[in-house]
Order: sequence, then structure tokens, then C-alpha cells
Amino acid sequence: MKLHGSPISTATMRVLAVLHEKDVDFEFVPINMATGEHKSPAFLSLNPFGQLPAFEDGDLKLFESRAITQYILQTYADKGSQLTCSDPKKMAIISVWMEVEAHHFEPVTSALAFELVFKPLFGMVTDPAAVEANEAKLAKVLDVYEERLARSPYLGGDSFTLADLHHIPTLSYLIDTAVKKLFTSRPHVSAWCDDIMARPAWSKVVAMRK
Amino acid sequence: MVVKVYGPITAACPQRVLACLLEVGVDFELIPVDLESGEHKRPEFLLRQPFGQVPAIEDGDFKLFESRAIIRYYAAKHAESGPNLLGSTLEEQAQVDQWLEVEAHNFNEMVYAIVLQLLILPRMGQPTDKALVQNCTEKLAKVLDVYDRRLSTSPFLAGEWFSLADLSHLPGIRYLTEEAGLGNLIRERNHVNSWWITISSRLAWKKVMQLLN
Repeated sequence: MKLHGSPISTATMRVLAVLHEKDVDFEFVPINMATGEHKSPAFLSLNPFGQLPAFEDGDLKLFESRAITQYILQTYADKGSQLTCSDPKKMAIISVWMEVEAHHFEPVTSALAFELVFKPLFGMVTDPAAVEANEAKLAKVLDVYEERLARSPYLGGDSFTLADLHHIPTLSYLIDTAVKKLFTSRPHVSAWCDDIMARPAWSKVVAMRK
Repeated sequence: MVVKVYGPITAACPQRVLACLLEVGVDFELIPVDLESGEHKRPEFLLRQPFGQVPAIEDGDFKLFESRAIIRYYAAKHAESGPNLLGSTLEEQAQVDQWLEVEAHNFNEMVYAIVLQLLILPRMGQPTDKALVQNCTEKLAKVLDVYDRRLSTSPFLAGEWFSLADLSHLPGIRYLTEEAGLGNLIRERNHVNSWWITISSRLAWKKVMQLLN
């Protein structure tokens, strides 16, 4: 298996986390965004939207991190952490919270990560109005998460699954910013964050950023 | 057992769920939710859907929300008995997942922003941000260029057969062509246009349209 991406890209890290959780062999092919490599014809043949990451397993080529993570999960169902559940109804609940991550968590947190982490890296100026607006939205989303996690140890149910894992990369960026307070002020959310970011597989992903 | 679907027929996400239920032959009861009076933000509804959005479903004791999770569940449940909307092999399933993700992240974002500006805000007496609409339309055009190239190599997004990935686009494209006045984005791209005609001619989608009109 080959993963084309960047260790600072949250979508790439999402796939790296699953590869490490599953403890499978893979080749990592770094793509240099600074030189626009992700818009080169070679990369566009792997991901026509010019976004990271892209993935190859033999003849199969895939893009979209959340499709890749699910493919790896099903292909290596017997290896490493399970990250899912075979019961269809429990799988559906996991699926609900994967959608919540994609549609409620990701848009606001990636906007905040862009303002607070990436803009400074690129010498651009953070927009305080955008930060304030997205923090307000995130607070409402995290209120729902707090309620959910008060009743369930993990978002999808009793065990750690893709529904939790998909959050880790963007969460790990925000936990180093002032936005951290939105997470730490909600006890169940806070405990869940600590738990999922303490996973050994995630520390292997972090090590790749250095 | 009849599945209860909570949401107005006029909204995209309930339409997505109904299209799937009709494709796989599951009986449902549509229970309208009055968005204009804010029914979806009231405590009783928030118990069904904590983000205050439609749809939510109830199948006996089993409850779900998020339209794309709901369609995955029913497609998987009826994969043996009905049309296979998910793919038969791991590789086929991965292609379906890939294009479902594209719909959710590359397509839906733009369509939602356009619909919000052109249709929803004016109804609330608020101004349209024309520059934003223009920006989103240009981005959507580029996304549809990728779709056109993809659909020049296969009749459907995930391959040779109709899947959830195609189905998921039906409500959004209907908005573009019938309400937002952006049907040209579809018509100007031969393969996208043929694909749209094919998928919107499916019996299940026609039944959704009958419910709408």
C-alpha cells in the first residue's frame, strides 16, 4: 500500500492513524505542497481534485481520507485494532458519528486550525472575527458531544472506533491553541480527548511530523 | 415495520433518505417537520436529532440521524434482496465510499452555500451575498469538470452501476436545476448531463418528485 501525502495535512494524518492502528506495512510518499506538487499532473492522476492524500493498493487507487480509512478497516479486519463493529445497528451508530465529524466538527475546526495554526505558519494574519464566529459554533457542537459522551464512553458506543479516530488530527492542532479551553471546560469531552490522543498509534503519527 | 422519517419533503436531506428507501423497497411514513416555525430546534425534536437538523428516522426502537449514515444502513441491510447500491467487492465499496465523500465534501459544501444565499436567506428577509454565490459557482464548476472527466470513463460515479454515490447527489442537483437557476452547470457538461438525466429518471426518484409536487 502507498500513501501519498504530507505529515502536516490532517486528512493524511487521518489515514496514517488507521494504518498504525492496524499495524500494517505501507510506503509513505511525501507530497510537497509548498511547491504545488499536489496540483501536478502526476498527482492529479491520483486525486483529480488535487487534494491530499491519495492512496494505492495494487491496482486500486483511492482518494478522500474517510473512504481510504474505511477501505483499510475492511481489508485488514483481522489485524490490529478493530475500529468498527460487525453488528449492523451498532455500525450504523458509528456511521452517524462519522457523519457528525464530517459535517459538524470538521468545517468549524478546520477553519479554526487554518486561522490559528496555518496562517501564522505562512506569515498570514489571523482574522479575529472568523475565530470568534467559529468558536461560537464549535461551542454548540461540543455541547452535543458532552451530552453524548456523558452517556457513552466513545462517540460510536462502548469502544474506540473510526468515529473517534477521524477527529484526532484536527483536534491535535487545536489543543495547542487558545481553543483548547472549549474542550477542557467540558469534562466528558476533555476526558475523551485525552484518551484518544494517548493512543500509541497516534504517537507514531505525531513522530512523523518531526 | 414502517420506518418513520421526520422531516419536510422539501428539504434535500430527507429527499436523500426517501430516495434510498424507495430504491431498496422499504415502506416509510413521512412525518413533516415545520422548519419555518422552528420545530426542529425545539426540545422534543432535539431528542431525535441533537443538532436540530432534518431528517431523523425511527425504525421500531432503532433511531438514526445524518442522511448519509441512514442510507448506508438501509443499503447494507437490503444489499442481498434489492439493488446493490454499495458494491459487491471491497474495491467496489471503496469506490462508492470515495464518491460519497466527494459529494459530502467537494460538492455539497458549494451547493449548500449557494442554496443558503439564493433561496433560504431571502425567505428570511436577509440579503444575498452575490460575490459569495459567484465564488461558490466558480468552484462548483471546477468540481463538475472533474465529474465530467470521471463520467466520460464510466456511466456512474463508482463504475458501471448505479450506487449510493450517485443517489446522494440527486437532491442537490435538483436544487441547482429547478430552484437556483444553475442548470447550465449541468447541461454544459455532456457526461454530467447524461448522467443526471439517467439517475433522475429512476423510478424511486420520480416517486420522491411526486411526493414533492
